Amino acid sequence: MVKAGETVKLTRVNAGRGLNIRLASMGLLPNVTLTVVTNGHPGPFVISVKDSKMVLGRGVADKIMVS
Amino acid sequence: MERIIVALAGNPNSGKTTIFNMLTGARQHVGNYPGVTVEKKEGLCRYNDCEITFVDLPGAYSLTAYSIEELVARNFIVDQRPDVVVDVVDASNIERNLYLAIQLIEMDVPLVLAFNMSDLAKQRGLVFDIDQLSRLLKAAIVPTVGHKEKGRSELLDAILDTARQRKRERTHKVNYGEEIEQELGKIETLVVAGEPQLAQKYGSRWLAVKLLEQDSDITARLNSKELLSTINASADHLRSIYAEEPEIIMADRRYGFISGACHETIKSTVESRHTTSDLIDAVVTNRFLGLPIFLLLMYLVFLLTFKLGEYPMACLEQLFAWAAKAIAGLWPAGGESWLKSLLVDGIIGGVGGVLAFLPNILLLFLAIAFLEDSGYMARAAFVMDRVMHKIGLHGKSFIPMLIGFGCSVPAIMAARILENHRNQLTTIMVIPLMSCGARLTIYALIIPAFFAEKWRGPMLWLIYLIGIILAIICARLLRLTLFRGETTPFVMELPPYRMPTLKSVCIHMWQRGWMYLRKAGTVILGISIILWAAMSYPKPAGHSLEGLSPDEIHRIRLEHSLVGSAGRAIEPVLRPLGFDWKIGTALIGAAAAKEVFVSQLAIAYAVGGDDEGPHTLREKLQADYTPLTGFCIMLFCLIYAPCVATVAITRHETNSWSWALFQFFALTALAYVLTFIVYQIGSFAVA
Repeated sequence: MVKAGETVKLTRVNAGRGLNIRLASMGLLPNVTLTVVTNGHPGPFVISVKDSKMVLGRGVADKIMVS
Repeated sequence: MERIIVALAGNPNSGKTTIFNMLTGARQHVGNYPGVTVEKKEGLCRYNDCEITFVDLPGAYSLTAYSIEELVARNFIVDQRPDVVVDVVDASNIERNLYLAIQLIEMDVPLVLAFNMSDLAKQRGLVFDIDQLSRLLKAAIVPTVGHKEKGRSELLDAILDTARQRKRERTHKVNYGEEIEQELGKIETLVVAGEPQLAQKYGSRWLAVKLLEQDSDITARLNSKELLSTINASADHLRSIYAEEPEIIMADRRYGFISGACHETIKSTVESRHTTSDLIDAVVTNRFLGLPIFLLLMYLVFLLTFKLGEYPMACLEQLFAWAAKAIAGLWPAGGESWLKSLLVDGIIGGVGGVLAFLPNILLLFLAIAFLEDSGYMARAAFVMDRVMHKIGLHGKSFIPMLIGFGCSVPAIMAARILENHRNQLTTIMVIPLMSCGARLTIYALIIPAFFAEKWRGPMLWLIYLIGIILAIICARLLRLTLFRGETTPFVMELPPYRMPTLKSVCIHMWQRGWMYLRKAGTVILGISIILWAAMSYPKPAGHSLEGLSPDEIHRIRLEHSLVGSAGRAIEPVLRPLGFDWKIGTALIGAAAAKEVFVSQLAIAYAVGGDDEGPHTLREKLQADYTPLTGFCIMLFCLIYAPCVATVAITRHETNSWSWALFQFFALTALAYVLTFIVYQIGSFAVA
């Protein structure tokens, strides 16, 4: 469980192809750095990646593996 | 006069719409792409003796086959072959924005990049080596500041230059790395040999890339089975090396290319950790403050809409009343004429009631446009998501529903923000259950007639609550049955906050307002005329009206007319609900517009003129019906058939009559069943 304000590295996305490529087009690829702005678990998260902020809904954040 | 077509592409929130407005002014036309409910916006611009048609493609992060908007954008580019494609890039967020640019580059389109929001980029301390970047990407780059209208002529110059060059070099390649390039080579050879037509249309390299990504749309167009098995073999091979889908690795390589290009050409001179947007978000998306802040803002929006709209609405009503008198005055007093009746009762009466709502509607749209353009709406969806999830919907669904408290027509239009078609349909189906402003006139009549002072507030609140609860239940049911399925995972960008410009907000507001006017106005006009005819004919014989007061005459005419007969005909069906033919005629009339219910009932009770109207009508209702029936009337009106304007807009937004009619009949059936149950149990309990 990543805390708000922490910066982590994405290792992989464990989702179906549709969601996977959608996240990939928005910059969420293996080895990118992302920062958790708001940890809304189990609800939506707000993260910051490559200069932009995004909301990841319930379930989506769970599929993103980080280290 | 030269004529060219230019497509505008770009990420959502890149300021693409502002650029589109900057280039085309108010000369825009909104429609749909054929066969899909994706909005198509076109606009004209005349510059340097050239007529440019701009087509605003749907905002997208990529050009895959996974979403209808992306597919529509991609197909437009391939099929319509615009002379130039302008990619509007948010310069303060460049890496992600360039991902789309790379996709366009791979399609070999004549490309111009508009580095929008360059003022923000400067503020963030970003310095671009435009020349070198332009060379690397092989596209003209023009810095712009859309909302300040800066860069317009430079952009237009670049567009014309690029269009006139007319070169279509097939040399734009992203290097995907040895293993992938090897597989791409194999596929490309087979494509050139086995699918010459496709290769000609799309370009063999681009086809190979899409096929290796296993793009569903392109793959479906293949004829050659040999090609399919080669692709699968290649994909399997890559999967085994990288433990990842080919399309993900390729996305990664594209970002790698972008990263490299940006590293060489962009310098960051200022280290800013926290921006104003971040600070505002800390409050607005806070776990505890977020929801109350949102509710407060919504309350303010409604307050604004109805308070500020009161005066113009009253003015409009006066205007229509005056117009009615003026036209009636053209005929000698006491004289009867079908034309006068048609104009005054039918047209002005019918259409006037709906048009009087226009100020309210426009103000609501204005507020929403402001919230959207400022970036707050995205935060609202985030805040509401947790709550909506509990009832099986998306955070974004709440916004159209909220608008439905004002009027269903703009609410249903607002459902466009829901990307998931099933979510959108569900939301559209239940929006009429959010008691709209028109229904309030019915409640305002019934409640004081049947309920003592202290029960009035709670009664009104109860009706609204029932509407909301039914909407929740129906939405859940629909999601479990007809519109079953995974909801699109909630992934949404939070753009930085911006101060919207008056111009953009007004254009935004007017686009929706005009649609409401046009659609609701034309349909309402037609139906008003039909209803008027049904209410006026057939006429009773003249002699039977002798010696009666004007109000009595009205009542007998109504009884005798088509609508009156229809009311009598359905009376047996309405009896189990506690209704009689008079209520029946009012219900039929209210199908056009809910406000008509009150005026119809007034005529049925031979209560004339507005001055004495409500009081006397209430007395008569009280004499004829019980509070139970009063409640049943409100319940029925709450649920049954949405007004004609709503049906029309549902048809427009869902692109089919079946959903509109389904909404109409399902809601009516639900109303009937529920009112039946309530009335029967109620009378049993009282008896």
